[in-house]
Amino acid sequence: MADERTAEIAVSGAEDRAFGLAEPAGIGLLWAIALGALGTAWFFPLHLALAADILILALFALSLDLVLGFAGIVSLGHAAFFGTGAYVAGLLALAGWREPLSGLLAAGVVAGLLGLVASFLLLRGRDLSRLMVTLGLGMMLHEAANKAAWLTGGADGLQGIRIDPIAGLFAFDLFGRTAFFYSLSVTLLAVALLVRLATSPFGLALRAIRANALRARLLGIDVERHLVIAHGLGAGLAGIAGGLLAQTTQFVSLDVLAFQRSAEVLLVLLLGGAGNLWGAVVGAVVFKLAHETLASITVHYWTFWLGAMLVVLVLFASDGMTGLARQLAHRMRRRAGARRAPGS
Amino acid sequence: MTTVLLDGIAYGMILFLMAVGLSVTMGLMNLVNLAHGAFAMLGGYVTVVSIERFGISYFLCLPLAFLVAAIFGLVLERLLYRRIYERDHLDQVTFTIGLVFMAIASADWLMGAQQRLVELPELLRMRIPILDTSLSLYRLLVIGVCAVLALALQLLLVRTRLGMQLRAAVDDRRVARGLGIPVPRIFAAVFAFGCGLAGLAGALGIEVLGLDPSFPLRWIVYFLLVVAVGGTGTVSGPFFASLLLGIADVAIRYWLPELGAFAIYAVMVVVLVLRPHGLFARAG
Repeated sequence: MADERTAEIAVSGAEDRAFGLAEPAGIGLLWAIALGALGTAWFFPLHLALAADILILALFALSLDLVLGFAGIVSLGHAAFFGTGAYVAGLLALAGWREPLSGLLAAGVVAGLLGLVASFLLLRGRDLSRLMVTLGLGMMLHEAANKAAWLTGGADGLQGIRIDPIAGLFAFDLFGRTAFFYSLSVTLLAVALLVRLATSPFGLALRAIRANALRARLLGIDVERHLVIAHGLGAGLAGIAGGLLAQTTQFVSLDVLAFQRSAEVLLVLLLGGAGNLWGAVVGAVVFKLAHETLASITVHYWTFWLGAMLVVLVLFASDGMTGLARQLAHRMRRRAGARRAPGS
Repeated sequence: MTTVLLDGIAYGMILFLMAVGLSVTMGLMNLVNLAHGAFAMLGGYVTVVSIERFGISYFLCLPLAFLVAAIFGLVLERLLYRRIYERDHLDQVTFTIGLVFMAIASADWLMGAQQRLVELPELLRMRIPILDTSLSLYRLLVIGVCAVLALALQLLLVRTRLGMQLRAAVDDRRVARGLGIPVPRIFAAVFAFGCGLAGLAGALGIEVLGLDPSFPLRWIVYFLLVVAVGGTGTVSGPFFASLLLGIADVAIRYWLPELGAFAIYAVMVVVLVLRPHGLFARAG
């Protein structure tokens, strides 16, 4: 109880300064995802594979949002957990355990445990050393997977993964219909969990820590414990996203662990805006659609535009698209207020 | 044994030349420039193009690579980097990773994805015997040039007025500005000079480092490791860190090839966790 009240006090101060940037998403986000996804399935039935990709990326970005947006732990190696989940799900299926739900759970648990262990390395030091440590960890895991070819297949990856029908009813089909609804259900579940978490005492305490760790500590919040748990949860969710990718594409390659993937998910989150859950989802949609469009124009050099997006983003909109939208709304509200004032 | 040691020293010297600019800019402006390797790559490609297209001698290419990279660095500093000094590290990292991706795609587009090599002059391929092994004149040139530059940099930093102003600015930017030291101008100059040195290292190190579009990404960890181990704001810190790293990396590749780059990444993580401010950093 005391935890809850102190966290609320700490957060309210931070929010005044950031004019409500850290406002958590509500049930509206769940509706938006469900309606958006079902609308896509209705109007573009041939693009379900892309839609499933977007959902998995959104889930991955949401897991980073928990770590970066809520707990304030900057990370350049989040793909480590995504990749771990993908390999766990893939290896389980190859070893004969083809039941998808338990496989996905295992992917999340293993990645989460890895995240818990790794978080102890991140407690010391500030942003810069955290960035470098996560970068190093990510590259370590990538190199380890590359060298341990007997387990991971090295550069060839894991091929020939077969997954049983979900709950014995829905077999994975060629059009990706099952993959799509499977990804949608998992993503909705994860978002529901995150929305609940964001408004819980734990979530409020996290945001208090992000706003001012010293103040949060003085208010009696156990900063280390909160950060470790948040990082573990975020890593677990990333592992589930990776497991989803492995199960739906039935293929795992080394690039699930690549640095590029860590950078990409960071871009997605920053593009949408961190710390409010909406941003991760909006960012994933915009990013994937931009990717599809740009890649159809220049297949090979699309990383140039990825880079240009990052540069422009930092220079002109460091709060992301949800930040821009909120600023716009704020300005319009002020203008409306000013118009009303003389008359009253 | 001697071979590993000599190769490691030459390799470490090149790493030093590449990373010293980054170490100074990180200490001075608190700027994390992950795109630093792009300037080294630029120097490498300048060399390749001038030799293959224009037939310029390798020895002339070295100062040319320095100049081109320095000018490029100055232009980018004035146009882009200047705007992100006051931002937090996450913004800086995002921004410079963006630059890395742009550099990689541009290099891929302009120069092709394959490894590029240069034909070294006949003179440099001569070998001279040392102890139980022999050393090519090329390696000797690398070690010589880098050692002279390291010494010159150290003198520049410790003995000259510019060096004094620079150290003052690293210690406390605001007080230095208050004393009338033109910090932004010094920073632009140091940034450009650091980029130039990276360009020179890229040109000098083609044989050692290789040259293909993924160059800036591949060497990021090594730059960061040099800075992480050596600390920021000195010349000697990065110098010894580079030598240590160079010798260790060559030794691991030689005796434990199955570990690959894994060991280097592990060392980086351990050092960062134990000593967030570097092994050779000044106290306080």
